[in-house]
Amino acid sequence: MDIRLQFALLILLLPLASFVLQIFFGKRLGPRAVWISVATAFFTLFLAGSMLLSVALGAPMEYYPEAEWFSLGEFGLTVGFGLDNLALAMLVVVALISALVHLYSVEYMRGDIRYNRYFGYLGLFTFSMNGIVLAHSLIMMYMFWELVGLSSYLLIGHWFEKESAANASKKAFLVNRVGDIGMFIGIMIIWYVTGDVTFQGMYDNVNVDKANMFAGQMGLLSVAGGLIFMGAVGKSAQFPLHIWLPDAMEGPTPVSALIHAATMVAAGVYLTVRLFPVLTPDALLFVASIGAITALLGALTAMTQFDIKRVLAYSTISQLGYMIMAVGLGAQQAAFFHLSTHAMFKGLLFLCSGSVIHALHHALAHKNDHETDPQDMRNMGGLAGKMPITYATMFIGALAISGVPLFSGFLSKDAILAGTLAFAQENPAWWANLFPIAGFAAAAITAFYMFRLIFMTFHGKPADAAVHEHVHESPLVMTGPLVLLAALSFAMFFTLPQVNPLDSEGWFTQALPQAINLTGHESLDVEHLEHGWHDAHDSAVRLSLGVAGGGIALAVLFYLLKLVNMAALAGAMKRIGFYQLSFNKFYVDEIYNALIYRPFLWLTRVITWIDWTFWDQWFIDGIGRNTVRASNRSGWLDFVWLDQFLIDGIGRLTQRLGHTGRKLQGGKVQNYLVWAVAGAMLVFFISGSM
Amino acid sequence: MDSLQSYLFISIVLFCLGLYGVMTRRNGVAILMGVELILNAANINFVAFNRFGGMTQALPGHIFALFVIVMAAAEAAVALAIIINLYKTFSTVNVDEAHELQG
Repeated sequence: MDIRLQFALLILLLPLASFVLQIFFGKRLGPRAVWISVATAFFTLFLAGSMLLSVALGAPMEYYPEAEWFSLGEFGLTVGFGLDNLALAMLVVVALISALVHLYSVEYMRGDIRYNRYFGYLGLFTFSMNGIVLAHSLIMMYMFWELVGLSSYLLIGHWFEKESAANASKKAFLVNRVGDIGMFIGIMIIWYVTGDVTFQGMYDNVNVDKANMFAGQMGLLSVAGGLIFMGAVGKSAQFPLHIWLPDAMEGPTPVSALIHAATMVAAGVYLTVRLFPVLTPDALLFVASIGAITALLGALTAMTQFDIKRVLAYSTISQLGYMIMAVGLGAQQAAFFHLSTHAMFKGLLFLCSGSVIHALHHALAHKNDHETDPQDMRNMGGLAGKMPITYATMFIGALAISGVPLFSGFLSKDAILAGTLAFAQENPAWWANLFPIAGFAAAAITAFYMFRLIFMTFHGKPADAAVHEHVHESPLVMTGPLVLLAALSFAMFFTLPQVNPLDSEGWFTQALPQAINLTGHESLDVEHLEHGWHDAHDSAVRLSLGVAGGGIALAVLFYLLKLVNMAALAGAMKRIGFYQLSFNKFYVDEIYNALIYRPFLWLTRVITWIDWTFWDQWFIDGIGRNTVRASNRSGWLDFVWLDQFLIDGIGRLTQRLGHTGRKLQGGKVQNYLVWAVAGAMLVFFISGSM
Repeated sequence: MDSLQSYLFISIVLFCLGLYGVMTRRNGVAILMGVELILNAANINFVAFNRFGGMTQALPGHIFALFVIVMAAAEAAVALAIIINLYKTFSTVNVDEAHELQG
């Protein structure tokens, strides 16, 4: 067996083994056994890392082993791995965050009643996520896609005793289903059009018949692309299916870091990047529009939220929108670059927020205060001195996501923004300009709300001095992953051996596969775009520096120095209705309520009425009632007439006859004799008279 | 009085008396006596038909009558034994009081 295949199999199956171990033997092994899961996670990371290192130092990997799964006549399906540089980079991202979250959870979840099961679910998630990354075909990816949805459901609902958590897990699962159904239909159409669902097969078919084969079916291909993208909309929490992600924050915070920040939600982006060569210009425009809307909407909503994890959740939605928009505009490399850097610093930010919540939770518990919400930023403040490591690492994370030079977020975000600028330059239509505007606006807002979060949490006066007394820095197993992720948020890590903080060229971008030439993409000709990226690079750097600086400056003004009266500002914003719009998350949930839930509930009530009152009560029960009536009548006939009169009558008659007849047989021989003599005399008379 | 009819008449009277006795008496002994009367009525018939029936050479009627007398003696012996047992069991000789088997 090829060594690469062995590695891939190990990477896929080790987390599954961890899941099986914790689920079936976890209770017997006890809480110390979770270190086995941690060890498998780190071993998986080691395997994935060594594979990535080999391609970063040597030749790019293109290895597609496959085996027949089943065949039905001419129709057959294969299972296999698609091992290329993209998959390896993604694998390392997943394995790294997964391993660190495993380690972090050992402390964060200590004392939880379902400690081992939690680690089992983490294993299941890592298994399914690795499956998505390694899948060589859409069908295989779809299977792991659903498994990821399941493990996400299980982990969000880990504390299912809490009603909000149980509801959030259901919501996440159902909303994802909506997207996944679209995805499945899309896969079927792709199969119909290109005749293959393995990625390599689809690329080949698209490349071979650039001009002719799909010419008549471009519309169908667009629809298929859009439908498959629906799966990404669900998983990557894009507008309008983003509503599940903020609610998913009900899950344990390390889970939010792993699933709802770094990996699972990035699966949609990964899918879109993989699918990029097959997507038609129309489909790509749809993708880009959804991404732009989401980026802006998420950022605007994050501005006014007070729950620390919800801010990060909306931030994640916004950043994922960035990546999706970048894919749609042809900058798929930049999208994947941002995916990787974002996984590091957003995982970091979530784990930091977990550290803060953990500390505050224990401080509140110390005071016997179970009412105050440890996730509400209004209950924080002034934590910088108490939790120096958390503060420092979270500050680095905030700098990275805001796009400050020297940090990884700057490079990837800059690449995306350059992509939007290039698209606008190449495309003369007026709406093409909306994409860079959305991008830069979202970048500015991102910088603003991230520093709002930092200042509200770590600076200023503590909200409650008594609680503040008891806040302690988290232990080493929690801060260790923070420090490591903070180190990985520096730009240098992604650009080695280069150290120019403004240039993203480095081992990572070289390891990424080059953009593939596309079919019929006149507006997205890659060669043109590459020129555009180079042209737009400098202006993008200047602009993005400007907006990031502006956003941070505003946050400093508002929240650190408090030079602006926040109440007055909020009041002014309220007057134009903007504050409520943002605070209430643009009423998306309410719109769903009014457009879908309520009509649906009304419909169910009508159907219930039909089913219950008409069908059940009237029809079914009516049949029942009539049957009862008929059987009563029939029973009366049967009893009174047949039984009582006819049957019993015969009985009575027989009885009476017998009663009469038995008098003849009195047992007295003399009586018999009298009858005999009488009979004899009768015979005599009759014979005499004849 | 030397004709068949007069003998038959006597016989009928005896038979009817005997039958009446058998049918009406409750006393077992009286019933037995009635039976004896009936047997004797039959004996008279046997002898009378032998005398007037044209069978002068042989005497089958007499022989039959003798048989009947013997049989009547035997019957009386058996019946009396039954009646004595009846009396021992029920302290009565009334046959209608022995109705143990009546339902």
